[in-house]
Parts: sequence; structure tokens; C-alpha cells
Amino acid sequence: MDDLGNLAERLARNSYLVDEAQPHIQVDQEAVRRTGAGPLLVRICPAHVYSQGVDGRIEVAWAGCLECGTCLAVAPEGTLTWHYPRGGFGVGYRYG
Amino acid sequence: MEDDVFDVIVVGGGVAGCVTAYQLARAGRSVALLERAATPGSKNLSGGVFYCRVMDQVFPGFVEEAPVERRITRNCVSLLNESSGVTVDYWDARLAEPVNAVSVLRGRLDAWLAEQCEAVGVAVLPGVRVDALLRDADQVVGVRADEEELRGRVVILADGVNSFLAREAGLRAKEPPKHLAVGIKSVIGLPAQRLEERFGLAQGEGVAYAVVGDCTQGVAGGGFLYTNADSVSVGVVLRLDDLAASGRTASDIHDHFLDHPAISRQLAGGTPLEYGCHLTIEAGPQAVRQDLTAPGLLVVGDAAGFTLNTGFTIRGMDLAAASGMAAARAANAALDAGDLSQRSMDRYRAELAATFAGRDMRTYAHAPAFFENRLLYRDVGLLAADVMHGVYSLDTSPRSHLRDVARHAVAGSHVGWRRLAGLVFAAVRSL
Ligand SMILES: Cc1cc2nc3c(=O)[nH]c(=O)nc-3n(C[C@H](O)[C@H](O)[C@H](O)COP(=O)(O)OP(=O)(O)OC[C@H]3O[C@@H](n4cnc5c(N)ncnc54)[C@H](O)[C@@H]3O)c2cc1C
Ligand code: SF4
Repeated sequence: MDDLGNLAERLARNSYLVDEAQPHIQVDQEAVRRTGAGPLLVRICPAHVYSQGVDGRIEVAWAGCLECGTCLAVAPEGTLTWHYPRGGFGVGYRYG
Repeated sequence: MEDDVFDVIVVGGGVAGCVTAYQLARAGRSVALLERAATPGSKNLSGGVFYCRVMDQVFPGFVEEAPVERRITRNCVSLLNESSGVTVDYWDARLAEPVNAVSVLRGRLDAWLAEQCEAVGVAVLPGVRVDALLRDADQVVGVRADEEELRGRVVILADGVNSFLAREAGLRAKEPPKHLAVGIKSVIGLPAQRLEERFGLAQGEGVAYAVVGDCTQGVAGGGFLYTNADSVSVGVVLRLDDLAASGRTASDIHDHFLDHPAISRQLAGGTPLEYGCHLTIEAGPQAVRQDLTAPGLLVVGDAAGFTLNTGFTIRGMDLAAASGMAAARAANAALDAGDLSQRSMDRYRAELAATFAGRDMRTYAHAPAFFENRLLYRDVGLLAADVMHGVYSLDTSPRSHLRDVARHAVAGSHVGWRRLAGLVFAAVRSL
């Protein structure tokens, strides 16, 4: 399949109701630095929510999250605060 | 309902939650079904083959009435290598009558299930994320969502694989990555007629491929491809411990599978419709041994660990339905008796043990350990292709009997006779 589109294009086909008031993912930058978990988060998230800046900080594009829970399952204790978005917010699959 | 107390509050409107709520409402109970999605089904994702015989016990005529995609009458198991593959292709008219399995898209199916619930009087409340359980000493007496409290005599957790609520209740520990896998799936649109021609299907019938090997680039897990009415569900399932250790990027493995010549050919000319991901349980038999009950509380479906990967089939939806039916019977009996103690709720265990869901979890107790064997994700497929190559490659050298072809292939592979025999022995015992 050669025309799947990049991740941004793929995510754009889902419907999202973004909860601007309450991000549902928070990263403890210090804990990530200490545990070296940054690269793991970056590559394990199927939606490319995490990226690492030149300064080593992890950026979180939480609006594109598909709410699977993978990052939380593999992240070292204390690096992530992650919960489902508030009721009604977040990703909406049309097919599933 | 007296004093605004529901008989039962069900948290989560997937297959498990909807079946549970439906059965209890049919039994005359007042039931609230709380779902965090704005539209039931829109948070849910499955590979998509529903072994649906059990649904006839809840919704007679399920296959005709529900929004199902295709009746699966052809099942293929593929060992896939980079440039070869060996497939067992099994079709059988007996799988059509009665219908054994259908492909489904959960956005459609779960919305229909929630409608059925509403029709029998369930108070379906979408857009509500339950944040915590309400307790009176040990007894669970309701739920809290935002600042709202809702009271129920029995609370049933059907909140899926992550079940933060079951964890909070102390029923389940956080699963280790080894017990979980992430499924990454694309839905690719293909007109029905084209799809039927391409896959050699009669109208309305469908095929399910289970793939192991190069589809996951050696990471424990597998690939799948299922035909829907006018689309294909295709993707990979990757065990989290192995994915983390592999150093690979999850989305790249998905893309690699869809780009594999064996797969991309099947998708050619298709329109990408959706990209999504969801966790699934790899160690269901272990997970369901944890507590599934507390005073006033029952746990069903994925939240309780009801998923089975047997290599040939991934099953979760049928087990979700069966566990929901067992929980509904147990809750109903407890409410009848006016006894919501631990002892009374434990009746659910007995109800489960009497169903195929409870029994299959025991039968496949050793399946997760079998899938830890690394040979499956590379060497077995290469070996199978070498044997087939020995059979079909007529290179003008004199032929050997199959026995010698196999012997030669095993000798030339990493696997070796002992490990191969061990693998076959483990397979026939655990799968
Ligand atoms: C990639 C993949 C492929 C699969 N393939 C198959 C297959 O081919 N066949 C098969 O039978 N099974 C398959 N499964 C497994 C199957 O999808 C699950 O076992 C099944 O969906 C479980 O149903 P459930 O109702 O228990 O949970 P879910 O379907 O996950 O439903 C849980 C519901 O609870 C809601 N919820 C969660 N938390 C809250 C909260 N706090 N408050 C309110 N609502 C909440 C969610 O939004 C969701 O609607 C697959 C799974 C994956 C990931
Ligand atoms: S929950 Fe899934 S999609 Fe969301 S950030 Fe974590 S890994 Fe990515």
C-alpha cells in the first residue's frame, strides 16, 4: 500500500473533539531524562504523539492521541500522567 | 427505581457492557449504561472477526439484524517471509450455515448494540467518563463521573482492557507489558464487487487471514487481514515487551506489513479510510485468575481479561458477550436474593465456569507461553518455505522423497529437529 499518507494525514481522517481546557497527557521531563524513556515513547506510540526536541525535552501532541494506553503501559513509573480525556472528548473512530 | 438508585450501573458500552445491560433490562432491572464516548462505539477498535454464535442467545437473528460486514467462510493462516510465504487456506460451506463468524466494524456494531439497549429501557448515557467507584465501607454503591454521583445496587465494570476502575478497586494489578499487545489497524476502502473478485468471494461472504512472521519484522505478534462489506481491515498486533526491546517504531511495522508484496497486492487501488490502534490482552488466561468480584461489583469482558489468542483466532468479542451474560445472571440472582455481599457476587465465578468463556480460558491456559517461542516469528516460516521450495523448484536435479526434502530443509535451518519437535508438541498441547 503506497499511498497511506503520513501520520498527520492519517490522523486527520479521524474525528477529534479536542479538550483544549484539559490536556490528558502530562510528561515529567525530569523523570524522562532520568530514566532515558524518551526514545521509547517516541517510537512506541502508533500516533506519533511524542517527539523529542534537540534539548531532549519530550513534546506531547496530545490532541492526536488515539487513547490506546500503550505509552502508559511501557513508560517507567512516574514519567507519565495519563488518563482518558473527559467524557465526550478525544478521538472518534468512524469504523473501528 | 427508588431514591434514584439504579439496580445496576454498567460502565462501558462495548460488546461486554451492552450485552450485560441488555440482559438485565430484559430481566426487568433498572439499568444505566455509562460510556465515555460521545457516540457508543466511537472509541472501540477490533480486528474484526466476531465468532457470533453466542449472540443468537441474546439477539435472535443477530446476523440478519445487526450491522455486520461479511460472513466469514474462508480462513487462511499464513507463514510470511520477506520474499516467500506458505498459507493454509481453509474454506467450508458449513461455516455459512449456521453462520459461525462475521467481520464487524465496532463503530457501527456498538452503536447498534447501544440502540438495542435503549429499546429495552436501559438508560444509555454517552459522553460520561466514570472517574471512580463510590463505596460504603467495602460495598460498592455507585460511581462518580466529574462531580456527579450515580448510585447503583450493583456496578458492573465493562470498561475494556485498560480498566482503570478495576485497578483502582484493587481487583487487578497493572499488567506487565508482556501481557499486552498493541493492535495497529488500517481500514482500506475497496468497492464490494472488486473486493469479491479479488479475494474470490461469493456475495456477502468474507475471508480472514492470520499472518505470522515477517509481517511484524520479527516482533512477537502477528498480522491480520479481514474483508468487510466494502473495505478491508488490515494491521498488526505487537506484544509490548518485545516491541519495546526491538528498537523498532510501531507505526513502521504496520506500514511494512501493508507494503509487503503479499499484502499490498490485496490492497492495490484501495482508499485509506482510517488508521487506529488499541491494546489487547495477550495473557487472558492469567488475567482472569485475578479477582473479578467485590461486594456490589462484577468485572466483564476485556476489563476482566477475557481475550484469547490461539494463533488461528483472536477472540475477545464472543468472550465479552459470554462473560456479560454470566454477570447478568449473577447480578440478577444477587438482586433477587437482596444479598450483594462478596459471597453472593462470587456466584459470577460459578456462572462463568458453566460457560464456554470460562472453560476456554482454562483450555488455552498455556497458549500465551507457547507464543513466547521466538522461532514462530521468523524461523518457522523460512523452514516451511524451504520445504515447499524443495517440492516445487524443479531445477533438473533428481527428486528426493518428501521425507528427505524436509530433512534437508531442517538441517539447513536454525531450528533443528529437537526444537522443531518441541514446538510441534507444545502447539498440539497448548492450542
Ligand atoms: C487489534 C485488535 C484486534 C482484535 N481482533 C479481534 C477479533 O478479530 N475478534 C474478536 O473477537 N476480538 C478481537 N479483539 C479483541 C476485542 O476487540 C475485545 O476483546 C473486545 O472489544 C472487548 O470488548 P469489551 O466490551 O470488553 O471492551 P471494549 O470494546 O474495549 O469496550 C469498553 C468500553 O468502555 C468504555 N470506557 C472505558 N473506560 C470508561 C470509563 N472510565 N467511563 C465510561 N466508559 C468507559 C470505552 O469507551 C468502551 O466503549 C481484537 C482487539 C484488538 C485491539
Ligand atoms: S495512548 Fe496510544 S496513541 Fe495516545 S499517546 Fe499513548 S501510545 Fe500514543
